[in-house]
Amino acid sequence: MSGSIVIKNGTIINRTSQLVADVKIENGFVAEVGKNLKGDTQLDASGCIVSSGFVDLHAHLREPGKEEAETIETGSRAGALGGYTALVAMPNTDPPQDSVAVIDFVREQGKRAGLVDVVPSGCITLGRLGESLAPMAELAQAGVTFFTDDGNGVQDAALMRRALEYAKGLGVTLAQHCEVAELTKGAVMNECRCCTDLGLPGWPAIAEELMVFRDIELVRITGASMHFLHLSTKRSVELVRAGKRDGLPITAEVTPHHLSLTEELLSSYNPVFKVNPPLRSAGDIQALKAGLLDGTIDAIATDHAPHPRRDKEMSLDMAPPGMLGLETALGVVLAEGACEIRDIVALMSWNPAKIARIDKTHGCDVAVGNKANLCVFDPELTWSIDINRLASKSVNTPYLGRTLRGRVRHTIFNGSPTVIDGQARR
Amino acid sequence: MKHLRSIDELGLDGLNKLLQLTDHMAEINQRPVPKVPALRGRTVASLFFEDSTRTRLSFETAAKRLSADTLTFNVSTSSVNKGESLRDTVATITDMGVDAFVVRHKSVGIPWQISAWTTASIINAGDGAHQHPTQALVDCYTIREATHAQNFAGMKVTIVGDIKHSRVARSNIQAFSMLGAKVTLVAPPTLLPPDVSHWPVDVSHDLDEVLAESDVLYMLRLQSERMAQGHVPTLREYSEQYGLTQKRVLGLRSNAIVMHPGPMNRGVEMQIDPSDVKNSLIHRQVANGVSVRMAVLFELLGSGSNLAGQA
Repeated sequence: MSGSIVIKNGTIINRTSQLVADVKIENGFVAEVGKNLKGDTQLDASGCIVSSGFVDLHAHLREPGKEEAETIETGSRAGALGGYTALVAMPNTDPPQDSVAVIDFVREQGKRAGLVDVVPSGCITLGRLGESLAPMAELAQAGVTFFTDDGNGVQDAALMRRALEYAKGLGVTLAQHCEVAELTKGAVMNECRCCTDLGLPGWPAIAEELMVFRDIELVRITGASMHFLHLSTKRSVELVRAGKRDGLPITAEVTPHHLSLTEELLSSYNPVFKVNPPLRSAGDIQALKAGLLDGTIDAIATDHAPHPRRDKEMSLDMAPPGMLGLETALGVVLAEGACEIRDIVALMSWNPAKIARIDKTHGCDVAVGNKANLCVFDPELTWSIDINRLASKSVNTPYLGRTLRGRVRHTIFNGSPTVIDGQARR
Repeated sequence: MKHLRSIDELGLDGLNKLLQLTDHMAEINQRPVPKVPALRGRTVASLFFEDSTRTRLSFETAAKRLSADTLTFNVSTSSVNKGESLRDTVATITDMGVDAFVVRHKSVGIPWQISAWTTASIINAGDGAHQHPTQALVDCYTIREATHAQNFAGMKVTIVGDIKHSRVARSNIQAFSMLGAKVTLVAPPTLLPPDVSHWPVDVSHDLDEVLAESDVLYMLRLQSERMAQGHVPTLREYSEQYGLTQKRVLGLRSNAIVMHPGPMNRGVEMQIDPSDVKNSLIHRQVANGVSVRMAVLFELLGSGSNLAGQA
């Protein structure tokens, strides 16, 4: 689609303003914001919010290595349908993203798909094995701004301290998957009454909280900045809140599923509800929501984790953890009613763009001269998932049969529509 | 009743119904030719992914006494070893025309997952540390047989051992409580589940303290790997604290019953030969296993017509 695009009559949400206006896009940038604008293509946005495109700090795109579950193209399309214009690709691929070659491959595949900016994260440790540092400076030079061993926490405190010290000079963000592995051996679900009844090994909250605490203290002595991935417990929120009160350079994310689903779902014996960290209690959800409201939690990130059907048809203990998230994140968060729409734009676009250090091109105000990475969504529309129409290659969504509220109508990536009226353009 | 997967799902009415039906089956088993045509033409498949002696054999015996055909699935010689998924395995056996699967698996929830993949009835013969409902039926029946009590109101049942990893305990706690018994769990804290505050039980860490008050002493098997996992420092120490010794047998009430689901770990939870325990029902538990499983198979697969005829 060439020529100019005008998004008509949407409510534009920017950091310090909110107005109903048209947005004209030309040559990849926002060219004009005003009334009665004309363009070659007009996209209706009446009743909709127009904001900067969403940025996901936590997407498992599975390529290279597990293309049966997802490819960078199918994951990008799922992202575009969810209103995303940038996805931080998690490094637990095969081979893992610990070398410039793999980083370049992931980025190039992203460009080939051309549906979102695929931002490859780098491993903190070689092979995500937690034994020695990945070539972080080399990777940073190749453009990596976000490092994590996600899927694993870095267990060795001395190595983590060194990683933080080393990262300080590189201008990158380190992100931790907080899980003390000795405490979660064989764990399937939250350690709670429900796991008592089911006879399943529990994943205790303290396994997360111990590492949150350790890393906050490591940040305190190193001064390096740190992002906490998928926080799931009340005490984790309290620890991060206290750390922020002390002025430490820490940020944190929660997932839509940890805001909306509880541990009791495991008593359906359906491995679609198995996720790491596990679904927790209603009390934890309450604390996470409070964390969103008071700024303790900076971002909502999907932890989109596709798995092929056959893997999720294994038993609860054998099935891999993880659930889809990209196509449902907005609908789940709005249905939960956890915060205002403005907060949601901050949590899903402005803040994560900054944490991923891509805020020159993403999460920018909808204003003349800024890159046109935009999301247009109807915050009121209720809908439910049609499992046959998911863009993701996998179907492990936990939201089948649930009513979601708020749906992406158009997504503009680099000035071109990737989604129009809820349909992917390609 | 379509499936038997947990005591919870069965409920009190279902439990009583099966216990009554077991009386009929016990009568059949007394006959010179203990066989009836009740399930002729029905096929029962045993799907055992874990080792078993008494459960598997008693189900197969039960099916044969009701004239059902049986298929035994041998994991070690099956296509599972060629990487066939559980779903495909179940679908394949279903296609052969099977009316019920008797399933044992190390993983919690498998009987429920399988239910979604087949039209056949599912009988849970043990899923991980979760449920073993036919064992609970056997145990309830055995206590009833010994005490002639229709319900267990006022009865004090003490379950000793590795509650945390025990499917027998989970099913029995539900069943005994449903029938009115007061259940006390005795175990070191490391062998209790993380939170039992919502279970209808008392908890003690001192066997000698509750011994004299128990009407039923139910000993659980302690697997030796619990030591390697650090749940108990040594089997010797466990045995001393929680094992059934000669001294503890003498501390029991004269009419107290001793039970064990087997297989026993002699020298660990059973320091004494069970034949030296006056009121041991361990052999009755095994003997009743066949009658109970006949009742279960008949309830799920029978047409309700005659149990009377000769095969």
